[in-house]
Amino acid sequence: MELNSHAPTGPIEQAWDKHKFELKLVNPANKRKYNIIVVGCGLAGGAAAASLGELGYNVQCFCYQDSPRRAHSIAAQGGINAAKNYHNDGDSIFRLFYDTVKGGDFRSREANVYRLAQVSVNIIDQCVAQGVPFAREYGGLLDNRSFGGAQVSRTFYARGQTGQQLLLGAYQALERQIGLGTVTMNERTEMLDLIVVDGQARGIVTRDLCDGKIEVHIADAVILATGGYGNVFYLSTNAKGCNATAIWRAYKRGALFANPCFTQIHPTCIPVAGEYQSKLTLMSESLRNDGRIWVPKKPGDKRPPASIPEDERDYYLERRYPSFGNLVPRDIASRAAKAECDAGHGVGETGLGVYLDFSEAMKRLGQQKIAERYGNLFEMYERITGENPYEVPMRIYPAIHYTMGGLWVDYNLMSTIPGLFVLGEANFSDHGANRLGASALMQGLADGYFIIPYTIGNYLATAKPGKVAADAPAVKEAVANAAAITKKLLNGSGTRTVDSFHRELGKIVWDYCGMARNEAGLKKALTLIPALREEFWKNVKVLGTNEEFNQSLEKAGRVADFFELAELMCRDALERNESCGGHFREEFQTPEGEALRDDDHYSYVSAWEYQAEGAAPALNKEPLTFEYVHPSQRSYK
Amino acid sequence: MKLTLHVWRQKNAGARGGLVRYEVPNANEHMSFLEMLDVLNEALIEKGEDPIAFDHDCREGICGMCGFMINGKAHGGFKGTTVCQLHMRHFKDGDVIYLEPWRAKAFPVVKDLVVDRGSFDRIIAAGGFITAPTGGAQDANTIAVPKQAADLAMDAAACIGCGACVAACPNAAAALFVGAKISHLGHLPQGQAERDRRALAMVRQMNVEGFANCTNIGECEAVCPKQIPLEVIARTNGDYLKAAVGAGPEGAAGGTG
Repeated sequence: MELNSHAPTGPIEQAWDKHKFELKLVNPANKRKYNIIVVGCGLAGGAAAASLGELGYNVQCFCYQDSPRRAHSIAAQGGINAAKNYHNDGDSIFRLFYDTVKGGDFRSREANVYRLAQVSVNIIDQCVAQGVPFAREYGGLLDNRSFGGAQVSRTFYARGQTGQQLLLGAYQALERQIGLGTVTMNERTEMLDLIVVDGQARGIVTRDLCDGKIEVHIADAVILATGGYGNVFYLSTNAKGCNATAIWRAYKRGALFANPCFTQIHPTCIPVAGEYQSKLTLMSESLRNDGRIWVPKKPGDKRPPASIPEDERDYYLERRYPSFGNLVPRDIASRAAKAECDAGHGVGETGLGVYLDFSEAMKRLGQQKIAERYGNLFEMYERITGENPYEVPMRIYPAIHYTMGGLWVDYNLMSTIPGLFVLGEANFSDHGANRLGASALMQGLADGYFIIPYTIGNYLATAKPGKVAADAPAVKEAVANAAAITKKLLNGSGTRTVDSFHRELGKIVWDYCGMARNEAGLKKALTLIPALREEFWKNVKVLGTNEEFNQSLEKAGRVADFFELAELMCRDALERNESCGGHFREEFQTPEGEALRDDDHYSYVSAWEYQAEGAAPALNKEPLTFEYVHPSQRSYK
Repeated sequence: MKLTLHVWRQKNAGARGGLVRYEVPNANEHMSFLEMLDVLNEALIEKGEDPIAFDHDCREGICGMCGFMINGKAHGGFKGTTVCQLHMRHFKDGDVIYLEPWRAKAFPVVKDLVVDRGSFDRIIAAGGFITAPTGGAQDANTIAVPKQAADLAMDAAACIGCGACVAACPNAAAALFVGAKISHLGHLPQGQAERDRRALAMVRQMNVEGFANCTNIGECEAVCPKQIPLEVIARTNGDYLKAAVGAGPEGAAGGTG
């Protein structure tokens, strides 16, 4: 398949403006004649649904939660980047663009990233106008903090709840449209299939999670903004309900899946405590601004942290990366923590943890200032662990947090299925092989508020989708497919719960396709996963019926898709014989243990194309070229 | 530790519900309350019994999806804690624990401990926003917001919409939820233009949904996992009164709750 990114040519600074002008418009009176489906209502989906409703389109929005205010964007703590340069510290659109391309280890599309940096400034304006209570200085102006992977302070924040406040801003804008009747909200509804008619995305099949009703929704365009697939690992910082079903079933209808192996491990999460653990909790990366990360120099040192004298501590990030210190990007901080623990320096009962210590910052700034900056995070840590981080250093360990991979989209955020658009974490577009902190919120809102409203109009105005009959063969086939999957899941007389399968799958993916990967491990995973999947379909135990509120059935459908996606992740990781960003292949590293990229052979986006059940997917490549930021070995030393 | 649970089981909105007794022989102090229920549910599924339905999502205390009554207290009644963040170290071996859904006319039961909180969304849709069309905003630093105002707005904006305030209130009033949004937006300069309209519309919708009136008991503040203060209700009352006086017949749609 020929992958055309439709990225504009010419000077990058003018590309988006030029492109916007070239995009066709839909007459205001005609907008209400178009129906648009938005699946997911986090920052990307919520912002898109609200903005498109406001433009006058008929919008149908869907989420699996009980309210559009719950999407997992809400859990983002640290902040949102914008190239405002309010602090006169040398920031600019170009610098944010540069940092993001470099941070992504030169595996993203330059034109997309530049546009993201450009609209970042509008996002802050928009959110302030909506009443997002960003942190302020005494003069009443906006405050900023610094974040990993950048040497300027460009991160806007609302205490430790930035994601919550941005999401509530989008949610309120969305509710306003719901009140005005331009958007219809369908809560507790899950997308089970995509309807493709004559090659165009024309609707979705959903299941009502309360009564199991399977319904068909026809539209002129479909937007997926359903987030990432981190829950493939079972233990992740994602919400329990986060799933890949919408994007996976779109993949099986012909949308290409890009860079599935690019997953991000976040360095600062609360370590795992036991087998029953259901999820991992992130401690914001912003803590690395004031916290110092260390381990005991002596392996297996079991003394309490306070009894380990200063000269027996190894502040390994400050030692290895003197210019960025504790603020190195996430992939580097995560791998460094793993290396220390693998070498026996880990702390805590399991030995899988490192200290994040605020004692020095408290001496310098006072406990009050630290409480002001991170109070809610410290409380959360204490609630979970029972330890007071004002007195004892936090223990942290990396955990899966974000997935850079996702459905392939062009510059217009359209997938390889015309009329199917993909926004936010669900697409692959802007973060390359590693996402910088405070950039996910930026991308979600950029896609939803400032990009899709332009590009979807162009699609509708040029494609002019016609009518689709409710009983068209493609519609019937999609309904039958959704019903068949449910029936198969309920039919079994199995003995194992869905969670037990999911936990086992997660462990395989974490062990062989997690923080470090190698050929032998990936090949092993590629035999273990299909075997476990086979057992799943034979032996999974799902009680009850389709026609009721059935949480086990919901989970089973999602886990079934995770099995297939996990296999694609391993396949992609095996194919990419280099290390870049979050994808660390042990065979490809520098003598100092840093990621060794191979630009000559792997400077491309891997876009996988579904073939058929049981058949290997086809690999398509979108070559990446860098005109403005020249690939170099990422150095944070 | 060994626990005995009495859990409200109700097949669907129309069915009759009742308490069912379960033994949990293997709870651990490091588990969260929901993880303890996960363990019980796994055992129930293995025995072929319908697992207990409960809402949850982020399990970090921020999405607002989880929540039920534990021994008659919303989220268990531990300061600033949602049930997903409540850990079993607060319980001891041999404890008997009663679990029931939020009880309020405006929150009908969906199944077991799951309720429908759509009424909260409709209150926000009625007026809990600032009208700010996408794309037309001026530079963010053009509006100076005094730090204190921003902090007070943030205190109120921390509401997660879980419904504990309603469940704890003997009247099943939504005054704390409504007050939180009115205070969040009302403390900011951007929220002034629609302040009257917002108070009238949100209060009207609150009454339409069947939430009863506030009688200043304060149970809501005591159980709020985000510790939203009672003052936000006073703010609703003030805004509503001022708006109702100036608004003519539109304002005469019932009390502030």
